Amino acid sequence: MKRRRVVRVLLGKPGLDGHDRGIKILAQALKDVGVEVIYTGLHQSVAQIALTAVQEDVDVIGVSILSGAHMTLVPELLGQLNALGAGDKKVVVGGFIPDRDDRAQLEAVGAAKVFDQDVPITETVSTIISLAD
Amino acid sequence: MADNAQGPDRPVERVMPDHAIARGDIGAAARLMSDLDDEVPAARAQLRQLFPLTGRAHVIGVTGAPGSGKSTLVDQLVGAFRQRGDTVGVVAIDPSSPFGGGAILGDRLRMQRHSVDEGVFVRSLASRGYLGGLSRSTGDIIDVMDVMGKTVIIVETVGVGQDEIDIMRFADTVLVVQVPGLGDDVQAIKAGLLEIASIFVVNKSDLDGADQVVRDLESMLSTKTLRPGIATPGIVKVQATRGRGIAELVEAVDRHRSDSHGSDGMQTRHRRLEHRFYECLREALFAEACRRFKGSAAAERILAELRDRRIDPSSAATAAIEQIVGWAS
Repeated sequence: MKRRRVVRVLLGKPGLDGHDRGIKILAQALKDVGVEVIYTGLHQSVAQIALTAVQEDVDVIGVSILSGAHMTLVPELLGQLNALGAGDKKVVVGGFIPDRDDRAQLEAVGAAKVFDQDVPITETVSTIISLAD
Repeated sequence: MADNAQGPDRPVERVMPDHAIARGDIGAAARLMSDLDDEVPAARAQLRQLFPLTGRAHVIGVTGAPGSGKSTLVDQLVGAFRQRGDTVGVVAIDPSSPFGGGAILGDRLRMQRHSVDEGVFVRSLASRGYLGGLSRSTGDIIDVMDVMGKTVIIVETVGVGQDEIDIMRFADTVLVVQVPGLGDDVQAIKAGLLEIASIFVVNKSDLDGADQVVRDLESMLSTKTLRPGIATPGIVKVQATRGRGIAELVEAVDRHRSDSHGSDGMQTRHRRLEHRFYECLREALFAEACRRFKGSAAAERILAELRDRRIDPSSAATAAIEQIVGWAS
């Protein structure tokens, strides 16, 4: 029997950027396909996101970063999740990650998916759902 | 383990199960909560084992209209309880979409400063179509937090309806949050939400009309016949965004808590447990009845009569029960 019937996803914005329009649109789109989205809002520390993900027992953590700090924040998040024994939770990254090499490197260090900003939202949603399964 | 293990609700001789969740395994607690929320049968067996560890926490319900500041108030209360050494669990319920069943759970947005505090555990739940302001799983999730040793558990209801009163089945103390500008004194004398308050919290006390809300509530309470054994609810003005009035509110909660620790309080707690039992019984009986009835020859006959309007729905149900009970005996 499948343990989980309802997919739970945490969406949050780590660090100092204040652009939350994209992540709110994604939250709506996930909600519309039956996902329970825990939205933690702006200016989250990596520790806040990691501990929240454990408490909320989410399947996927989506972080949106437009500040350029993704090469610092994402590895930090992956490290903290591992330290909490939550390394099985999938981390996806969106926002503005312009450098293809950066995207490849983040996926190499353990991000499940890094979205380019021109990926259609339907594809983002279906990728997140398939990661939760 | 919690320091109030000798709480009034605990019979002396009870074998305490040793379990990872009681020893502080946060991940195990969080996963059990998901399984209970998803109605995984194995989770029920686990909770059965843990149930003797429950009944120690003080459960506080927070209800009130959308935008009345419930989450901000909960955030402040968590801070106040933590400051004096309580460990706190928060259950925050938001509505599920009637289309597709998804949800955006945003209550904890206002509580995120506590997310790195080891003494605080916040869990967001979607109502999943359950009415009355809670999710079906709320009681179970409270139990798990109780097992975790949280000394105070705060439950924030969805906050949409005037009859969102299920919280009284689970909370020792119910806070009903009111704000200025939502209605006149007739709103205050209507039935429902207002009758379940242990304490009225008038939030946004800096706004015009806050004193009028207090007066309306006072006038409503002065003319209301209280049920025997029930203390008159207190009224506390707060401005949650600035933390004003929170100390007074915590005092009022403490007062209510000590008032309800007598034999009346014990009776209330026992009644609440029995109510939960009857709810479970009702659901289980209904599921079993449907299982036996659906697709049977009698069902075909009774439903055909109903469709032809030869029999009304209530009589059809009675006829169905006679059939189901007949099969059982």
